Amino acid sequence: MALQALSPDYEKHIEYRDAEKNFHGNRVVYVHWEEHLSYCAPLAFPLPPDMPFGAFVEAIIKGHYNAHPDFEKIDWDRVEWMIDGLKTKPDLGKSLADNGVGHKSLVRFWTPGLSGYKNSAS
Amino acid sequence: MAVKKLGLKQRYAHMTRGLDWETTYQPMDKVFPYDKFEGIKIKDWSAWEDPFRLTMDAYWKFQAEKERKLYAVLDAFAQSNGQTKISDGRYVNALKLFLTGVSPLEYQAHRGFAWAGRHLRGVGPRVASQMQSLDELRHFQTQAHTISQYNKYFDGIAEFRHMHDRVWYLSVPKSFFDDARSAGPFEYMIAVGFSFEYVLTNLLFVPFMSGAAYNGDMSTVTFGFSAQSDESRHMTLGIEVIKFLLEQHPDNLPIVQKWVDKWFWRGHKVLGLVGMMMDYMLPKKVMSWREAWDIYFVEAGGSLFQDLARYGLRPPKYSDVATAEADHVSHQIWATFYQYCHAAAFHTWIPDREHMDWLSEKYPTTFDKYYRPRWEMWAEMEKQGKRFYNMALPQLCQTCQVPMLYTEPGNPETICFRHSKFKGDTYHFCSDGCKDVFDGEPEKYVQAWLPVHQIYQGACGGPTVPDVLAYYRMNVGADNMDYVGSPDEKLWMSWQAGAVKAAE
Amino acid sequence: MAQVASLTLLHNDDARPIIEAILADNPGVRVLDMPGCVKLDRDMELVVNRASVEERLGRTWDPQEIHLVLVSMAGNLDEDDDRFLVGWKH
Repeated sequence: MALQALSPDYEKHIEYRDAEKNFHGNRVVYVHWEEHLSYCAPLAFPLPPDMPFGAFVEAIIKGHYNAHPDFEKIDWDRVEWMIDGLKTKPDLGKSLADNGVGHKSLVRFWTPGLSGYKNSAS
Repeated sequence: MAVKKLGLKQRYAHMTRGLDWETTYQPMDKVFPYDKFEGIKIKDWSAWEDPFRLTMDAYWKFQAEKERKLYAVLDAFAQSNGQTKISDGRYVNALKLFLTGVSPLEYQAHRGFAWAGRHLRGVGPRVASQMQSLDELRHFQTQAHTISQYNKYFDGIAEFRHMHDRVWYLSVPKSFFDDARSAGPFEYMIAVGFSFEYVLTNLLFVPFMSGAAYNGDMSTVTFGFSAQSDESRHMTLGIEVIKFLLEQHPDNLPIVQKWVDKWFWRGHKVLGLVGMMMDYMLPKKVMSWREAWDIYFVEAGGSLFQDLARYGLRPPKYSDVATAEADHVSHQIWATFYQYCHAAAFHTWIPDREHMDWLSEKYPTTFDKYYRPRWEMWAEMEKQGKRFYNMALPQLCQTCQVPMLYTEPGNPETICFRHSKFKGDTYHFCSDGCKDVFDGEPEKYVQAWLPVHQIYQGACGGPTVPDVLAYYRMNVGADNMDYVGSPDEKLWMSWQAGAVKAAE
Repeated sequence: MAQVASLTLLHNDDARPIIEAILADNPGVRVLDMPGCVKLDRDMELVVNRASVEERLGRTWDPQEIHLVLVSMAGNLDEDDDRFLVGWKH
């Protein structure tokens, strides 16, 4: 192991504090609306792996990003998605898991033509 | 025959080295079990040069004198209701941040130096560490006493100890010291004694204490000066530690370099809170974070690392990134607290026009382009009765535990994303610096107690925001939310009205 | 880049004779006034001589008394019974 410790078997005694099994059947999912940095950081949610991606969009994404003046103008068919660094077109009918959203996955989305308040990325 | 008097150096040597001994009942390695595992090699402990030569009698004499003077001022401040004469009620929020975020670190330092003062084999650093341990406890006590006067009138102060161990943004400073204190004694000395107490200390103290001076807070200014004389000794200990380690054995260089890189970066992340305080929370401004960084890191740090270059030590990795970030971090962090202060124990507010013009002037390349629009949008929303509170929890960096609010170096329009995989799980970081820290010791950082994840594991009182705020012992409607409309504001306005009436 | 040795002292009655001694004994010293304190900078080395302070103070003075008014410093410290010196020389 890279770490210098007093006991050579240090790593046998550690607790992986954020293992998926600690989240009561949920997995942590991060979502971020690009070019809208008035949302200061990606948002984190504990979600069931079998939640349909469409429900994730309706309940989670729309539920939390609706304060921004750009929100009403979003054309959801033109939204561009990236999951864990890969560009993708999610299947709204399939689950988060089946769409490749794992524990601590990062979902980023762009809304072409909408780049924040007065196009400042805010 | 006149008795010859011993010089200071000799007196000090007799009282410290002269009282030390090689143990015979137990082997030295058993008496000092922690100072070899880090791989640091010491050939000759007697080469340690005492950074200052205070014998205990001198220490007590000078510290007692400082205490007498300090408490006289604190008494006078209380007797004259000094808290009514600060620049504005908003200023007290800087003190709330200080007591909840910084003062508990003084206590941690007290414990850390007590431990180092026991476990370093050399008597010189043991004595110096023991004195520093006493100093740090003194700092915690005097800070608590200083700010207690404000606690009689303002919110968000009383539960500072409980909150420090639980509240999301306070895990940033807390984890810094937990990391240092769970390291070995040499890393601790480089992390705290050198990186924090020498390289970065002025960036913590000058903003808060000058801020106090400019905003009429005489008791905090006086505390600050009283502590600073202790800090000078701490600085000399920090610089002596690093010189000693680098002079003792060439094998120490890569280890020390790794620590310098790690602790500069971790310290820089904690100091973002101070940058926010300087630029946004002081009604009367001292200087900008940009200016403070240029004086106290670029210039002063430059001299320091030029001196240490003769050992082969280079300036901390990502110094250039931190320096470039000084144009952005204060704005990004205040914006974060602006939207999350329903879950914070201090108030935030939108900067007024005059304040924004000051920010424009101090940040000519960044404020108007990237950050003023944010404030204008939120001011609009406030006017419509929809003051923005972000009701979802943020993603945190695994290492520094700050929300992932930092932008990509060179591109302030996109968040900086970094990650590592370890034993099948993914870990996210705000920067290359934080990723490097994790990659250097992943077994340590996978154990991090990240507040957002802990909330989602059900460890923080319950699933809803009110549950969590109760767990934090936050006085909802008083400790949290915007300054405008707060009980603090009401109180402050009533004092102003009373003062006007009295003057008429 | 010149390496700057520095002492920052409280700007009060106790520090006055010390500040004056520093200004007299350190050619090229630069003075920066800050609220409540004064920063004294000099390239490479800055010294506080006991004798100089005593001349101005009118009594015997222990260089360690500087701890009562010291706010900050930059440079390696060398102290003995006669002086308090910060510097970057080796």
